[in-house]
Amino acid sequence: MRFVDEYRDKDSAARFADLLQRITTRPWTIMEICGGQTHTIVKYGIESLLPPAITLVHGPGCPVCVTPLEMIDKAIAIASQPDVILTSFGDMLRVPGSQKDLLTVKAEMGNVRMVYSPLDALKIAQENPKKRVVFFGVGFETTAPANAMAVWQARRMGVKNFSLLCSHVLVPPAMEAILSSPSNHVQGFLAAGHVCAIMGYEEYIPLASRYAIPIVVTGFEPLDLLQGIAMTVKQLEEGRHEVENQYTRAVRQEGNVRARRLLQEVFTVSDRAWRGIGIIPSSGFELREEYAAFDAARVFEVGTIAAQESPLCIAGQILQGWKKPYDCSAFGHQCTPEHPLGAPMVSSEGSCAAYYHYRRRQGTPAATP
Amino acid sequence: MTKPPPVDFGAGLNCPIPLTDYPSVLLAHGGGGRLTQQLIQKMFVSQFANEILEPLHDGAVFALDGANLAFSTDSYVVDPVFFPGGDIGALAVNGTVNDLAMCGARPVHLSAGFIIEEGLPMNDLWRIVVSMHNAAQEAGVRIVTGDTKVVEKGKGDRIFINTSGIGTILPGIKIHPRNARPGDKILVNGPIAVHGIAIMSVREGLGFDSAIESDTAPLNGIVATLLAAGEKVHVLRDPTRGGVASSLNEIAESSHVGILLTEESIPLTEEVRGACELLGLDPLYVANEGKFLAFVSPEGADDILARMREHPLGRNAAVIGEVTAGHPGTVLMKSRIGGTRVVDMLSGEQLPRIC
Repeated sequence: MRFVDEYRDKDSAARFADLLQRITTRPWTIMEICGGQTHTIVKYGIESLLPPAITLVHGPGCPVCVTPLEMIDKAIAIASQPDVILTSFGDMLRVPGSQKDLLTVKAEMGNVRMVYSPLDALKIAQENPKKRVVFFGVGFETTAPANAMAVWQARRMGVKNFSLLCSHVLVPPAMEAILSSPSNHVQGFLAAGHVCAIMGYEEYIPLASRYAIPIVVTGFEPLDLLQGIAMTVKQLEEGRHEVENQYTRAVRQEGNVRARRLLQEVFTVSDRAWRGIGIIPSSGFELREEYAAFDAARVFEVGTIAAQESPLCIAGQILQGWKKPYDCSAFGHQCTPEHPLGAPMVSSEGSCAAYYHYRRRQGTPAATP
Repeated sequence: MTKPPPVDFGAGLNCPIPLTDYPSVLLAHGGGGRLTQQLIQKMFVSQFANEILEPLHDGAVFALDGANLAFSTDSYVVDPVFFPGGDIGALAVNGTVNDLAMCGARPVHLSAGFIIEEGLPMNDLWRIVVSMHNAAQEAGVRIVTGDTKVVEKGKGDRIFINTSGIGTILPGIKIHPRNARPGDKILVNGPIAVHGIAIMSVREGLGFDSAIESDTAPLNGIVATLLAAGEKVHVLRDPTRGGVASSLNEIAESSHVGILLTEESIPLTEEVRGACELLGLDPLYVANEGKFLAFVSPEGADDILARMREHPLGRNAAVIGEVTAGHPGTVLMKSRIGGTRVVDMLSGEQLPRIC
């Protein structure tokens, strides 16, 4: 398949593996930000192609994983009200709240629908004028423009029965939170390519210099990751700390200017709670005052919801790269994709789920390049 | 009149799937993955337990008055009823024919039960019935008994069909999910994931045009040519719901063996690969209808592969992996770039109601 096979070529992968063997002289710890990257790394067995001195740790870039439990409970509370159709992406429906997940609400009440785009939710609202249609929008900067567009169109077209339950988070503040932690041991970042396709990478330049850390904007195919890792290691070995762009076929420094303009029109930056991590200042989007009528959090009165996380779950430490899924005593026993105790086991992009599906246990035969 | 004795809920009448786990049945319980397996084991097997049911083969295999028989049943609820390359009628006939073929049986007679929702256009029903007739003729089976129920509008979804079938097993044929042995080669008769993607491509809300047609077909003909080669074939399985990954996991568990797949060797059409990339689906978990997996002794593999490729339904057959003594119960796959990963059973719901 064109534009896919080129980035999964075995011989090129072997060449990057050779290059990494040659240039790596010391141990380095590199964090890939995005859950999609974690997924590729584990699915293709990329770690087995790296020199043992390189450790990859998995970052907080799984939007489903970092959505607070209270938010899911709020979505469930809204979905349980009369004449509501709650819509979201498939992954979100499976995340357990304190009592149940949205799929269970769907089984009980039949008013939860999976959609592939927030614009589909807007269409449902137009087709069902007597229902209140809510799109539960989570995600990083990547999914934010489509959600902004749905709200923008709803306002322009006067679709008053549509609203957005918004739980958007931003990557650079989370990277800063990780870097400023006293227990941080991340020495290089693979920035999330798709986030940068929207936002560009200007924001990363001051981060790289303030924390003296190389940041390489990286794509999602196996060769993208191998090249991104090689570029990071090269900087580390040479003592440089710059922002570089591996994912040039999708990312420009200024990002997608039209999408950024739309985001600015609809959203404003706010403090945001991250599941397992806590509140990170200026790390999320919320709807601007002009769009309050489309903000499900303001339209629906669901009261304050306090939720209790499982005491066994170490999601916070996993999301910040301090621990790996194997280090969790519940991994694969009390906590499985059918019975997740924490979000990283639920979403297919979560690192616990990726480990569970593709590696199950430590010591699954390593690859032979 | 005497009072009935009080029900003792302590004596085995507690629901084996506690309310705290799943207070109600989810779509994923029918998805063919781990939840389906749990439901079958905890609910059905625990109550219906007997030695014929217990192997959980595609059909029951037993001797009756000296004849070796296979008996199988399946219900069809596919949405939409008509889809590219087939319809619910052809699927209902082929599905049960294939389940019997996977037991090593020659399918003979089928039953057909219809649950029809009030309002189904008569012409649609006629198209489905004609399609069943044609499929039965192609497979060489007869529909010898049936049942019809009509339910109120809103109490069904156009039409549901159940088919059951019986077939005879020739002497000397020992096909069983427990029979996979280390060294066995694993063959598939052509590109996988076609049916599931064909259904997805016409589902409401997906909005992409596609020329992908379902591969639904009766497999008893091609299977008969393999079985004629003697005892080279150890296990047969048609990977419908849950896809190739779930079927292989079931066999690895039943036979207490490991399985190693080679990603590059798994046949996939460009269209299906493209659709899977776009939708974020793993083709190993997408449903098939006209495909089967055969576990074949290493020395017989070349012959069986050649026999498959001679048949119209096996032109693109391939060896996709082998059985190992190591890592019993686990399916591994060597990735395109040389890494190795676990291929787990489908967990949760990948697609709703695909067959």
